[in-house]
Amino acid sequence: MISKLLKGAKGYELPSIFTIVFVLLETALEVLLPMAMATILNTMQVFSTANPLLTSVTYLDWSQFQFVTVQKGAFVTAEMLKHIVFTYGVVMVVFSALSLTFGAVAGRLCAVAGSGFSKNMRKFLFDKVQTFSFANIDKFSTASLVTRITTDVNRAQQSFMMLIRTVVRAPAMLIFSTIMALINATNLAWVFLFAIPALGVIMAVLATKVHPLFKQMLKNYDAMNACVQEDLTAIRVVKAFVREDYEEQKYRKAAEDVRLSQLKAEKLMIAMNPLTSTVMYGTVCALLIIGGSSIVQGSMASGTLTAMMTYSTQILSSVMMICFIAVQLVMSRASIDRIYEVLDETPSIQDSASNKTVNSGEIVFQDVDFSYSNNKDNLTLQGINLHIKSGQSVGIIGGTGDGKSSLVQLIPRFYDVLSGRVLVDGTDVRDYSQHNLREGVAMVLQKNLLFSGTIKENLKWGNPDATDEEIVEACKIACAHDFIMSFPDGYLTELGQGGVNVSGGQKQRLCIARALLKKPKIMIMDDSTSAVDTATDASIRSGLKTLAKGMTTIIIAQRLTSVQDCDQIVVLDDGKIDAVGTHQQLMESCSIYQEAYRSQQKGTVEGGE
Amino acid sequence: MAGPRKGRMMHAPRPQNFKGTLLRLVGFLKPHAGKMIFALCLVFVQILANILATATLTPLINGLTVKQGDFAVKLTGIAWLDNLAYSGVAEDKLSYLGIMVGAIACIYATSLVVNYVLNRILVSISTTTMTEMRNQLFSHMQKLPLKVFDTTTHGDLMSHYTNDLDMMNEFIARCIPQLVSSVFTIVGVYTAMFVLSWQLALLMLAMMVIMLLVVKGIGGKSRKNFVALQQTVGKINGYVEEMIEGQKVVKAFNHEQQSVDGFEVINDDLCQTATRANTYSNIMGPIMNNLSHVFYALVSVVGALVATSAENPIVYVGIIASFLMYIRNITQPIQQISQQINLVFMAIAGGERVFKLMDTPAEVDEGYVTLVHANIDQDGNITESATRTGKWAWKHPHSDGTITYTELKGDVRFDDVTFGYTEEKVVLKNISLYATPGQKIAFVGSTGAGKTTITNLINRFYDVPDGRIRYDGINITKIKKADLRRSLAMVLQETHLFTGTVMENIRYGRLDATDEECIAAAKCANAHHFIKHLPDGYNTMLTRDGENLSQGQRQLIAIARAAVADPPVLILDEATSSIDTRTEWLIEKGMDALMQGRTTFVIAHRLSTVRNSNAIMVLEQGQIIERGDHEDLIAQKGKYYQLYTGMFELS
Repeated sequence: MISKLLKGAKGYELPSIFTIVFVLLETALEVLLPMAMATILNTMQVFSTANPLLTSVTYLDWSQFQFVTVQKGAFVTAEMLKHIVFTYGVVMVVFSALSLTFGAVAGRLCAVAGSGFSKNMRKFLFDKVQTFSFANIDKFSTASLVTRITTDVNRAQQSFMMLIRTVVRAPAMLIFSTIMALINATNLAWVFLFAIPALGVIMAVLATKVHPLFKQMLKNYDAMNACVQEDLTAIRVVKAFVREDYEEQKYRKAAEDVRLSQLKAEKLMIAMNPLTSTVMYGTVCALLIIGGSSIVQGSMASGTLTAMMTYSTQILSSVMMICFIAVQLVMSRASIDRIYEVLDETPSIQDSASNKTVNSGEIVFQDVDFSYSNNKDNLTLQGINLHIKSGQSVGIIGGTGDGKSSLVQLIPRFYDVLSGRVLVDGTDVRDYSQHNLREGVAMVLQKNLLFSGTIKENLKWGNPDATDEEIVEACKIACAHDFIMSFPDGYLTELGQGGVNVSGGQKQRLCIARALLKKPKIMIMDDSTSAVDTATDASIRSGLKTLAKGMTTIIIAQRLTSVQDCDQIVVLDDGKIDAVGTHQQLMESCSIYQEAYRSQQKGTVEGGE
Repeated sequence: MAGPRKGRMMHAPRPQNFKGTLLRLVGFLKPHAGKMIFALCLVFVQILANILATATLTPLINGLTVKQGDFAVKLTGIAWLDNLAYSGVAEDKLSYLGIMVGAIACIYATSLVVNYVLNRILVSISTTTMTEMRNQLFSHMQKLPLKVFDTTTHGDLMSHYTNDLDMMNEFIARCIPQLVSSVFTIVGVYTAMFVLSWQLALLMLAMMVIMLLVVKGIGGKSRKNFVALQQTVGKINGYVEEMIEGQKVVKAFNHEQQSVDGFEVINDDLCQTATRANTYSNIMGPIMNNLSHVFYALVSVVGALVATSAENPIVYVGIIASFLMYIRNITQPIQQISQQINLVFMAIAGGERVFKLMDTPAEVDEGYVTLVHANIDQDGNITESATRTGKWAWKHPHSDGTITYTELKGDVRFDDVTFGYTEEKVVLKNISLYATPGQKIAFVGSTGAGKTTITNLINRFYDVPDGRIRYDGINITKIKKADLRRSLAMVLQETHLFTGTVMENIRYGRLDATDEECIAAAKCANAHHFIKHLPDGYNTMLTRDGENLSQGQRQLIAIARAAVADPPVLILDEATSSIDTRTEWLIEKGMDALMQGRTTFVIAHRLSTVRNSNAIMVLEQGQIIERGDHEDLIAQKGKYYQLYTGMFELS
């Protein structure tokens, strides 16, 4: 998991490494402070009690600017005491000032590295998604991809920052302080031999016991909020059926579940608190007893004892910190896994290196079987054989789930066939590069999407170099020009995210114009005029006919009137081709077509179209 | 954990009515007043214990080092203890040590017990109060008129539960005790410090001032930068959402590179903003921590200097030891106090939002006509029945004390109704219509023409002036809302199902319906067949609005739900709009069965659904512009004719 995190630090190795270096320096300086303090206090004590020094002390004699060492057993004079206090006082202030600087620098570097890390992660993910095939996208669902790029990356960043700062600091503090404690007073340091493992065990038990309890609490909490969410979205149903009391009972139960699980988790936490405190207080008392008797015996000075008490806080709090970090890292693991699920996904469509381009709109389906799940027993399309000549117009009809959209999505290779092949301009679609193939094939999708930006910017997706004349021409064919001009800003009208400020029918016409600007060899319209009235629909179709003689058009429609003039009409039924022919032929021979025709004409006055 | 919380903090606007909201918030603690006061006493005891334990260090350490004869130095103030310390004999000093450590151990033990009891009390108070607040909020929210739900985004309402309540809980569970504890600790520690040495205490006072300034300075910068960060994060989320939602279009137009380029610009921007924001939050900890070290150093030096000029320098050895411990004790409270105050503001702001919702008046219901089960004899005399009879009557108490019963038939009349959701904009103009029992009335028209509004008025989601709408001859404002709605069943365009089994969802229509009745309703709605093929049949769990079902299947369950309610009047609001013709045909069969013998209001987009209605109203801009049955309207060659033949698009 750590190696996975480190991958994201690419380009930010230096700030990451220096964060660690500065954190180590900060920690090292911090643990030196009590030592210097002990020297001052010890010297003071022996001076005021007129006892000999217990250890040798080196100090700077500032009147002569030279280092002087007083040996163990010597007596301290008032002059010496001043020099010693001054020397170690300066050392302490300088050290703590340096430590402050290092800490702040480490914080800054960590911010640089952390933000860079998340930038990299987001970029890796976003770039990866661009290489995904439709099958990959379907697998993850868009909502989950968005969460991974935003929320999960953010969590991973927190872990990464913790990794290069706290994860370094806590063990370093533990080790450094223990070493210092050993140097300072070996006869006291063995207390930690008991305290550290005891605290470690308590914290580990706490972490493993409490974690699931809190998880349960969060689960109940989510369930409770889901209850509110559900009530909100269905408030009309609730009110219409007069179920306010019923809903309230449900909520009360959910809230009670949260209360009980929270109580359970918190109670355990509270119960563990005295245990950890016992270890910490016990350590202090043990230090006082042992250190105190050494002082009484004269083998130790009181400054050393005070320093040991500081070390005890540092050591024991780093043990607790380490356990805390471990829990945090485990919790963030889920996010990192979710990120890598995307990064490790292999695009299901391998691009061809060929530079072949599409020059004619001929399409051939040969024995095509297709399944979204790549499962032979769950075929969406089965045994499709179809020949569409260049420049033909083809209509496809069928019910929901009969495979109309699936069929046309194979042409620009949004999905790969399970068996058989799809040929465009005589070449298997898998032998084109995706870029070149899609240059030649334009598709207006069932779910029409526009992007935030002006109408013109959106239309230019079809062709970035399109002139204003070309844009207007395409919009006229798509019957979009008139309504665009009715907006105060015309072609410069800003569309909101997803094109929210135009109606469904207008959106469809803009999408058609966008596709037309590509000047494709093959134009596919997947139920893309459903929200457009029949008169406009007919006008768009006749416009398409005149636009490019050689362009193949494929139209999927619910309304038979939209396809009845096509050169060929394909009737799909449950993933298989039921019949192919002209309107006239199908009216004579195809029962599904006849039935559909009758149901749609029923009641319509003659000549209504 | 720290991340999102910090993020939220930034949005907290300053509360409008600080005092009032605070008092009201604290008011929730009233039932636990005794416990709370006890808890605060315990906080006090605990702090006292901690300060005392540290204060004991001075006489302890000094007692070990003073020589006999230094009687001028007061150690503990307890004569026999001091004598023990002054005695030159090592054994006696050891017993002094033992007694003093024993005292500290006792203080610690007290602190442990107090801490445990205190936390238990606090957690019990906070979880109970929180649950109470939640229940009150939910209960009140449900009673609000539909207008509130239509004019407030669900996200805003949700945030009361996920954000504001949590903040208030934080305030009660942590803020109050911690703030009290921080203040007590600081006051207590400084008192102890001044008693020990006023020179060093002054130095420590300087430390507190500097720390508070740093917290304020860096904290303010940090907050400002996090606001900027939130905005950039919003921007990148929007972009990512848009591009991933539109990924298929991106691919269809070979637009991958442009999409990546656009992303990189925002991503770089985010990286810079995040670096700035994180810098401030990252350096806060080390700076505060190391500032305490600087003062640790200063106390040692200044203490030593003060000692050399003092009468009894030895005393300072112990005093310094205590001070060094005190520095550790107060660094955290000082750091926390500003965070706590921030949290108080956030909690008050959250509380204000929650209380605002709680103060929104609930749906007013002055109706007094109720719906009762009825027995009707051959002469048409109606008597009330305690059990379900399949017949209902309106029970109408009059001012003179008499009660009359009217049979529930399903006769609905609108008499010149004019209505607008806001004063300025009229949605319905002079609508008059009637539906006699068993009739099917359809409304057709563009979005915004006022179709749904009509149904909103029938079930009194919104109210019209008196006497304009009559139900079985009774002015509907006189009918109790719950009873009125019980007599109507709705199937809405957006089907909403609840988490639970299919059976439970159907039973939602009538809670006392037996399994058999539910299954019969499902059969009637043509839903039985597909339900049986679900993995667990009627016991299949539906989650998140029935995401595991198709739109058509969900619609069928909603119809079954209405069927089991078995009401005399049915409202179908665009019930089949997002379903393809084939599925619609299936549903239509279910619907036809359901509509049998009931007064039905149908709103439809697709005209095939309304063809066989008794009357079709074409609405435009709040007015009925055409009415009649299908043949009449086709013959009129008006708007309906245009719609029907597809010459006009409905938007």
